[in-house]
Amino acid sequence: MSVRLTNRSVEVNRKPMTFLESIYLWNILKGMGITISHLFKKKATINYPEQKRSFSKVFRGLHVLNRDAEGRENCTACGLCAVACPAEAITMEAAERLPGEEHLYREEKYAAKYEINMLRCIFCGLCEEACPKDAIYLSQTFAPANYGRKGFIYKKEDLLIPHPVNEKEAYEKALGNKAAKNSYTKTNNSPFGDRVWE
Amino acid sequence: MSEEKKLFKPDSYRVTIDNITIDVEPGTTILNAARQIGGDVTPPAMCYYSKLQGSGGKCRTCLVEVAAGSAADPRPIPKLVASCRTNVMDGMVVKNITSERVLDARAGVVEFLLINHPLDCPICDQAGECHLQDLSYEHGKEGTRYEFKRRTFEKEDIGPYIQLHMTRCILCYRCTYVADQLTDNRAHGILDRGDHAEISTYISKAIDNDFSGNMIDVCPVGALTDKTFRFKNRVWFTKPVDAHRDCDKCCGKVTLWQRGDDVLRVTARKDEWGEVQSYARPDDKGGGNQPGWICNDCRFHKKKTSDWVIDGLTNINRHSVISQGKYPGLVMPNETIAEVMSGRDPKLLMDIHSVSDVNSVELGSLPGAATSNIFEKKDQ
Repeated sequence: MSVRLTNRSVEVNRKPMTFLESIYLWNILKGMGITISHLFKKKATINYPEQKRSFSKVFRGLHVLNRDAEGRENCTACGLCAVACPAEAITMEAAERLPGEEHLYREEKYAAKYEINMLRCIFCGLCEEACPKDAIYLSQTFAPANYGRKGFIYKKEDLLIPHPVNEKEAYEKALGNKAAKNSYTKTNNSPFGDRVWE
Repeated sequence: MSEEKKLFKPDSYRVTIDNITIDVEPGTTILNAARQIGGDVTPPAMCYYSKLQGSGGKCRTCLVEVAAGSAADPRPIPKLVASCRTNVMDGMVVKNITSERVLDARAGVVEFLLINHPLDCPICDQAGECHLQDLSYEHGKEGTRYEFKRRTFEKEDIGPYIQLHMTRCILCYRCTYVADQLTDNRAHGILDRGDHAEISTYISKAIDNDFSGNMIDVCPVGALTDKTFRFKNRVWFTKPVDAHRDCDKCCGKVTLWQRGDDVLRVTARKDEWGEVQSYARPDDKGGGNQPGWICNDCRFHKKKTSDWVIDGLTNINRHSVISQGKYPGLVMPNETIAEVMSGRDPKLLMDIHSVSDVNSVELGSLPGAATSNIFEKKDQ
């Protein structure tokens, strides 16, 4: 006999089953009881997409690229989101703003190409945290399903929010119940972003 | 006076910096003695550049406390001294990071340097290898207390290869020393005085000297940047590779900053202090090490990997952001599926390049920054 290290170990019962035990009647009833009791409990599932679950306030969904109040793109292609990204999902190419393009881009340099690979993205929100220009936000929606992988490379056109002046309706719609707070339209053009100096 | 010096000149001076004792040659500055020790006891330097004669003494970031002047006269020096301009004495005791006064003063100096420096690091091409950025993260305070309008300048074009951002300049004068000492006619200097002082080419003359590009390497901030690299990529996404070529003008030893196989930028090789490395040159009669300045031809015109002989990956400090995503000992696993399935790739394999718009423009071959014209032309 082996040495017992603790008193918690129990010897395995290797006695042959009796006839009553071998027809499993009691075990079947016990299992069915658990199953049937769940019929009377509250359902864990909902009828998506007719019903939708509400997200938490800090839910991190699909990214949006922000514009300022005049509709100029905030992103300057500084690459901090891409370097912060643990999944290496973000790539970009920068370009220099030409004279006459000041109404399109807020700074001298802007992202000519900006892509997020939603297959790689883990929605951790580090890009949002890294952004010094208030340019990228994670919204309250998630990426719609797709049959192919190609649809998951999100380009700048897919990510930019509607133009607040030229596409006013779409912009108001996108704001939704945030319209009152108007958190996406900061007019602060200081180099410190949205920090308030008091 | 020189004869007098010779009479009492001992072979070496013993100096103690932050409780570390070292013997150095007489005539060595405190900063260079600290550099011989290395590590954290070395004061930072924004304007001093050991390869440029007469540099130093302007930025005041290398201030140290001298707790005992020398063995003969052990009284402390009452004020903090600029270590790049103060020679060591025998028995000198210096405090750098062990002195509260030094750290406090240095934080103040950084704050002053940042008063007029625009915080446009997200746009600046120097970000990631900027000495002022490092300095302010290490010694400065994270917020600014300055509420007034920052000093601004009219934009000035100083030629096709070098981009001057005067607003970013901290007036370290390194570039003017390069113009003085490396190029034969000085076409580049400081105009005006005080707060209005600015770096400029005299009467906006384009700099066409062969070694003018070295101003980019000596500039500790993003005031002088490479126009052929402008906005092409962030420094930390490019891969630094040591390379060389036979050049009749310069040493030809450079660092290539690659993206894939594209060479986006060529710089001189830097040592641990951010200065250009020195090499022993066989053709020099005097022998000894010469700073490895590179010529404009190597820097601006040799933008193909085939122009160079690759020596291997540049050694980057692992604490630098440039080292991110770069793995020197990387062994790529073999692709097994094609091997097993008699040459067929996996059916659901997606080639990212067929979907992605990035890399559609060959940035390496552009003479300057990409603009909307270039991207639109490509899209059509």
